Amino acid sequence: MSRRIHVALFDSEDTLFAAAHACRKLGVEILDVRSPYPLHGIDELVGIRRTRLPAVCLTGGVVGLLVALRFQYWTSSFDWPINVGGKPWDSLPAFAPVAFELTVLVAGLATVFGLLLRSGLLPGRAAALHDPRVTDDHFAMHVARVDAAVTDRDMDEMWQATGAVETRCVIVEEDAR
Amino acid sequence: MSSHAPERVIDGHKTLTDVTHDVFSPLETRGGGRWWAAFLVALSALLLGVAAVTYQVSTGIGTWGLNRTVGWGFDITNFVFWVGIGHAGTLISAVLLLFRQKWRTSINRAAEAMTLFAVMCAGVFPLIHMGRPWLAHWVFPYPNMRGPLWVNWRSPLLWDVFAIGTYLTISALFWYVGLIPDLATARDRATGLRRRVLGLLALGWNGSARTWSRYEIACTLLAGLATPLVVSVHSVVSSDFATAVIPGWHATLFPPYFVIGAVFSGFAMVLTLMLVARRVMHFEEYITPRHIGAMCKIVVFTGTIVGLAYLTEIFTAWYSASPYEQFVFLNRATGPMAWAFWTMVSCNVIAPQLLWFRKVRTNLRLVFLLSLVINVGMWFERFVIIVSSLSRDFLPSSWSGYTPSAIEVATLIGSFGLFFTAFLLFCRFVPMIAAAEVKTVLVKRRATAHAAPAAHAVHGRAT
Repeated sequence: MSRRIHVALFDSEDTLFAAAHACRKLGVEILDVRSPYPLHGIDELVGIRRTRLPAVCLTGGVVGLLVALRFQYWTSSFDWPINVGGKPWDSLPAFAPVAFELTVLVAGLATVFGLLLRSGLLPGRAAALHDPRVTDDHFAMHVARVDAAVTDRDMDEMWQATGAVETRCVIVEEDAR
Repeated sequence: MSSHAPERVIDGHKTLTDVTHDVFSPLETRGGGRWWAAFLVALSALLLGVAAVTYQVSTGIGTWGLNRTVGWGFDITNFVFWVGIGHAGTLISAVLLLFRQKWRTSINRAAEAMTLFAVMCAGVFPLIHMGRPWLAHWVFPYPNMRGPLWVNWRSPLLWDVFAIGTYLTISALFWYVGLIPDLATARDRATGLRRRVLGLLALGWNGSARTWSRYEIACTLLAGLATPLVVSVHSVVSSDFATAVIPGWHATLFPPYFVIGAVFSGFAMVLTLMLVARRVMHFEEYITPRHIGAMCKIVVFTGTIVGLAYLTEIFTAWYSASPYEQFVFLNRATGPMAWAFWTMVSCNVIAPQLLWFRKVRTNLRLVFLLSLVINVGMWFERFVIIVSSLSRDFLPSSWSGYTPSAIEVATLIGSFGLFFTAFLLFCRFVPMIAAAEVKTVLVKRRATAHAAPAAHAVHGRAT
């Protein structure tokens, strides 16, 4: 399904926030915001839910810990026990450092790959930018009209009032963010 | 949020456009004469090291000055030295992130790169120290035809493998994740092949608010993981010594002593690199005297704790009533290696005390000199710990000396060559300053922060 969206470009964080509030007031759906750095406070306006990455991280950590402990026990107590300095086979304190390192390693890998996969950040992926300046010094807002009562004229007035430096309409395929 | 005035992180009233220009335009040139001169010197040192290692691997460990008593010399000294250097990078990027220290933004990228290169340099030494580096994969537990004979999980040397391996992996990931937004900026400025390569590396980053939201959480999580990790790494390295019964090594003080020493030496190395890089790359407005001053304060703080650790070691030796422990410390200060001990004390404890004075902290030439002195001192600390303890153990009949061979010296020079070659390439090809992060701390932006959303809505309507 193709959809017509409005892309407005701003040259400061302040004008972008003003426009975001105006859009909410007008009843226009904010699909996405593009910015050269993270904008604090934008999540609520765009309707972004809090990420579940912390749970992914925790799961990775627990998996790493359990695998490390289990593997150390299995190799040194069952598969090929070797007497090292008369210590017991199941010398838990000696297993702690490796268990800790693997906890951190798996938790870190899970977090990073979780981030990359969930955000679609993959090698060879095209950037899908409507304006390359958003990685430099501009801010873009992608919006769509959901209310038929809002006309193009209303939109133009709103952009002008909030200080957008450039606006355009783009036809995008399917669910364009 | 705090109510005090926004702190000024960088100088020169930069706009977003200025930051992009300043950070990325040096990468789009061919590199100045000074860069090439430095690069050729570093590359020569690296090649000397490659030649030395090639000769040593093909001939054998006998090319080193080690003997039956002193089994660890330059190799492990260099290993511990380089691992320690890495710690400041993680401290700046992770610990200072958790403490919301905004000044870290202009130095964290370079400091983290330094961590990566230092850990790579460190990794070389245990590898060549094995004597048969082609069997290095034996350190990993994998099903094999020798039993399977598994690794010894109770050995700190094995813990090292996991600690250093995890540290290198997590540091590399943290560094790369931090780099993605800047790679996208570089991509969008480039054309042709350069654009294609950067496009591949930037993973299709488009600055979406959804991605930024996850990205910031991911960075905080990684910082939370890296913080205990960095403490664990040098604690594990110190266990290589502390779990042995050699007098001078067998001390419960070792883990905190090594960790603080690592932070101390790492910050000295960050100072050395930053003071040169800010001049050569023209980043004076980003890496300001305030940044240098903040790092100096950390150096004098950690250096003083290192001094306290030295005193604690000596006190413990006396209080232990063990004649072997007491002898080792007396021997360190007055024996044949006293020169190394006193070099260590004067470089690490006495010299940094000058940094208490603001006049010294703002004199960048003097700070640079002090940072070099500390680098030397911290290298000697590891040398003293390792060699002075080994050369005088329990039986006087097994006492020995140690003189490094030319091959070992060449390998040490080679490791510096590897470090500086990698760092210089980094300065030329990777945005050395985390532009996306610096953009968040520009004063102009902070001054008109969107504190009251309601006001904006009204404003938007009224005009």
